[in-house]
Amino acid sequence: MSFACPRTCVVAGLAALVSALPGCEREARRFDPVPIAPDARSRADALTSFAAGPPGRGMTERAAAGGYDERNAYVLAQGKRYYRWFNCTGCHAQGGGGSGPPLMDAGWIYGKTPGDVFTTIMDGRPNGMPAFRGRIPEEQAWQIAAYVRSLSGLVPDDAAPNRDDSLLGAPPENLREPARPEDKR
Amino acid sequence: MSTHVQVMRYVRRLIAGVFLPATAAMAASGAGDWPTAAHDDAGTRFSPLAQITTANVATLRLSWSFSTSTDKGEEAAPIVADGTMFVVTSFPHRVLAFDLASPEHRLRWSFDPRPDPGARGVACCDVVNRGAAYADGRLFFCTLDDQVLALDARTGKELWRRKLGDYATGQSMTMAPLVVRDKVLVGNDGDAFGVRGFIAALDAATGQERWRAYSTGPDADVRIGSAFKPFYASDRGTDLGVATWPPEAWKIGGGSVGGWLSYDAQLDLLYHGTGSPAPGNPVQRPGANKWTSALFARHPDAGDAAWAYQTSPHDRHGYDGSNESVLVDLPIGGQPRHVLLHPDRNGYLYVIDRATGEVLSADAYALVTTAHGVDPATGAMRSEPSKEPAIDRVVREICPGSAGAKNWQPSAWSPRTRLLYLPHQNLCEDATAFEVSHIGGTPYIGMEAKMHAPPGAWRGVLTAWDPVGRRKAWTLEEPFPIWSGALATAGDLVFYGTMDGWFKAVDARTGRALWKFRTASGIVGQPIAFSGGDGHEYVAVLAGVGGWAGLVVSNDLDTRDGTAARGFVAAMKDLPAATSRGGMLYVFRLP
Repeated sequence: MSFACPRTCVVAGLAALVSALPGCEREARRFDPVPIAPDARSRADALTSFAAGPPGRGMTERAAAGGYDERNAYVLAQGKRYYRWFNCTGCHAQGGGGSGPPLMDAGWIYGKTPGDVFTTIMDGRPNGMPAFRGRIPEEQAWQIAAYVRSLSGLVPDDAAPNRDDSLLGAPPENLREPARPEDKR
Repeated sequence: MSTHVQVMRYVRRLIAGVFLPATAAMAASGAGDWPTAAHDDAGTRFSPLAQITTANVATLRLSWSFSTSTDKGEEAAPIVADGTMFVVTSFPHRVLAFDLASPEHRLRWSFDPRPDPGARGVACCDVVNRGAAYADGRLFFCTLDDQVLALDARTGKELWRRKLGDYATGQSMTMAPLVVRDKVLVGNDGDAFGVRGFIAALDAATGQERWRAYSTGPDADVRIGSAFKPFYASDRGTDLGVATWPPEAWKIGGGSVGGWLSYDAQLDLLYHGTGSPAPGNPVQRPGANKWTSALFARHPDAGDAAWAYQTSPHDRHGYDGSNESVLVDLPIGGQPRHVLLHPDRNGYLYVIDRATGEVLSADAYALVTTAHGVDPATGAMRSEPSKEPAIDRVVREICPGSAGAKNWQPSAWSPRTRLLYLPHQNLCEDATAFEVSHIGGTPYIGMEAKMHAPPGAWRGVLTAWDPVGRRKAWTLEEPFPIWSGALATAGDLVFYGTMDGWFKAVDARTGRALWKFRTASGIVGQPIAFSGGDGHEYVAVLAGVGGWAGLVVSNDLDTRDGTAARGFVAAMKDLPAATSRGGMLYVFRLP
C-alpha cells in the first residue's frame, strides 16, 4: 500500500489544522470543567507576574478563571456542602476548630485571600493540613475557599448561607462579622 | 537485670501493690520507683510509699519545677527509675532526664526525637503523649508520627527507632508502652480518621516487630486461633472481624489500641482494650463491628488471643473500650477471684474474671441513658433504642456523650482501702449523624455533637468505687471535667489535678480535701509518687492544659461554635477564662 499524500501535503494539512484551532477555542462552551486539573500550580505560576505587585495577584486571576465568586449565593452554598463532604468539618467544625485551627476568628496562619485559602486546601500546610490536590476538583476547591471566608464574615452577608441543615453549633454564616475593622464591608 | 532480679522485683511490687498493706519500710531500692505510666503491670497507680500521710500532707510543699517548653496538653506520667526521672512532653515529644541524686535535680540529658510536624493534623485529641516505659536500662516511648524509640536511660543515646505506620493515613501514636519480658507492646491511635487498629510487640533489644494483632478483619490478622476461648457465644465463630461489618468496612473500621495495657505474669496474659469503630456514624456500619470497643486477653509471646469481650457492640456513641483494666484479686461471692476492673466509657464499671472473660458485674458509675445494663446470660449490652443516632435528626440527652463517662484519664487502686479511684466527667450530648466518605488522612466521623452537663450536675467527678460492694464509697465534684489521672498512696491519700490548675490531695477513705496547690496551667497529666533516694517521698505531676477536653485552650478554639472539638467546646466555654497554656513539671515533698 502506498501513501497518496506526499510529505509536503501532510505538512500543509497540519498547518491548516493549527490555524483553525484558535477559532474552535473561541466558540468552545465548557459546561463540565475538567474535574481535576493536571497541575493547577503550574498554571497559576504561568499567570503570576514576577514584577512587584499586590500579593497573590496571580491567584486572584486564577480565582476568577476557576469560577470563584464570593458574592454568589450558589457558590457559597456549594462550598458549604463540599466543606462537609470533604471532611473539613471533622477538624475545623462549623468554624470553631478542633484538631485544626478555628476558621471563624481573626487569625489566619497562612493568609485569608481566596488564593491563600485555595492553596492551603490544594497543597496542604506543613503543620497538619493535608493536601487535597487530586481529590477535590478545582472548581469545588474555589467554592470551598469562598465558604471558608464566609465563616469569619469576609463575604457579603446577602450571599452567605443563613441556615443549617444540621445541629446548630455556631451562628449562621450571614450573621458573622469580620473581627478586623479593615475587613468590614 | 537478670531474670531472677526482674521476677523478684515484680513479686515485690505485686506484694506491695496488691496483697498487703504496704509500709514505708518497703521503700527500698526499686520499690520507690515508678517505672511505667501505671506504676506496675497490674495498672494500679498505687505507690507503697507512706511518708506523706493524711496527717502531714497539709505541709506538702514545692521542691522543684521545670518548664517543658510546650503549650499543648501534658498527659504523660513522669517515669522514675535508677535514680532518674524521665519526662516525655507533648509534641515534639522532647524527653527530659533529671538526675535525682544531684541536689539541684539537674537535667542529665534531653533528647529530641524530631517527629514530623505534619502528624499534628491527625491527632484527634491534642498532640499528647501518655508517657514512657523503663526496663533494663532502656527507656521506650512513642511519637505522634507512629515511631517507637528506645533510648539508653543513662546517656539518652538513641538505641533504635521503628516506624509502625504512616500518619498520612490518619494513624498516630500517643500511648504509653508496656514491657513484658523481652517485648515492648505498643498500639496505634486514629479511630476518628478511619485507621485499622492494632497492637504490636517489638523486640526490646532491636525494635524488630515480633507480632502484630489487628482489631478487625480475618481471624489470622486478629490472632484468633485455637487458644481463643471467649466466654460468650456471640464472640464465637469464624472471621467475625469481617462478618460483623458491611463488605470491606473492617479495613477502615478503627479499633485502635491507644489506651492502657496491663499484664498478669501468673496467667501470662496481656490485657488491652480496642477503640471505637469508624466511622462514628453507626448508620453506615450495621453489625456488631467486631472487635472494636472490646477487651482482649492475649498471650504476650505470640499475641494469640485468649478471650475477647465487646463492651459496646456496634458502638453507637464512640464509647471505645481502650480504658484501663486494673488487675486485682478480690473476694467475689465469697470466692477469691482473679479479676480485672474496667471502668468503661459507656458508664459501666466491669468486674471481669480475667482468666475467662466472664463478666461478674457491670454497674453504672455515672448517669447512663443509652443502655440498661449487661444481660448476665449473654454478656450483651441492652441498648436503649431511642438513643440510636440517626441521619439528619438530632438525638438529645445521650448520656454519657462521646467523651464517655470517663475518657483516657486512668484510675488508681488502693489495696489498703480496696477502692478504685475514678477521675471522670459528667457530660451528655445532643448529636446528629450524616453520611461521611473515607478520605485517607482526614476525619472519618459523620457525627456532629454538642456536649453539656446534665442539669444540676458538676462536670468533673472523682468517684471512689467499691468493686466488691458494687457501690460508690464516696464522690467529690469539680467544676471542670477531671481530665487528669489519679494516684493512690499507702499514706491513704489520693492525688488528682484539675483543668483550672489545682493539684489536690484528698483522704482516700472519705474524699475529704486535705491539700491543694495552684499550678500555672490546668492539669491533665498523671500524678506519681517516688522515693528520691534522699529519704524523702516525692509527688510529681505535669501541668499543661490540653487534651480533648482542653483543646479549647490548647488549640485556641472559638467558643462561639459549640460543635468545635467534636462537640466538647459546648461544655467548656468557660475554660479559657480559668486557665492558659504552658507545660510545667512540679515536684513536691514534705519540709
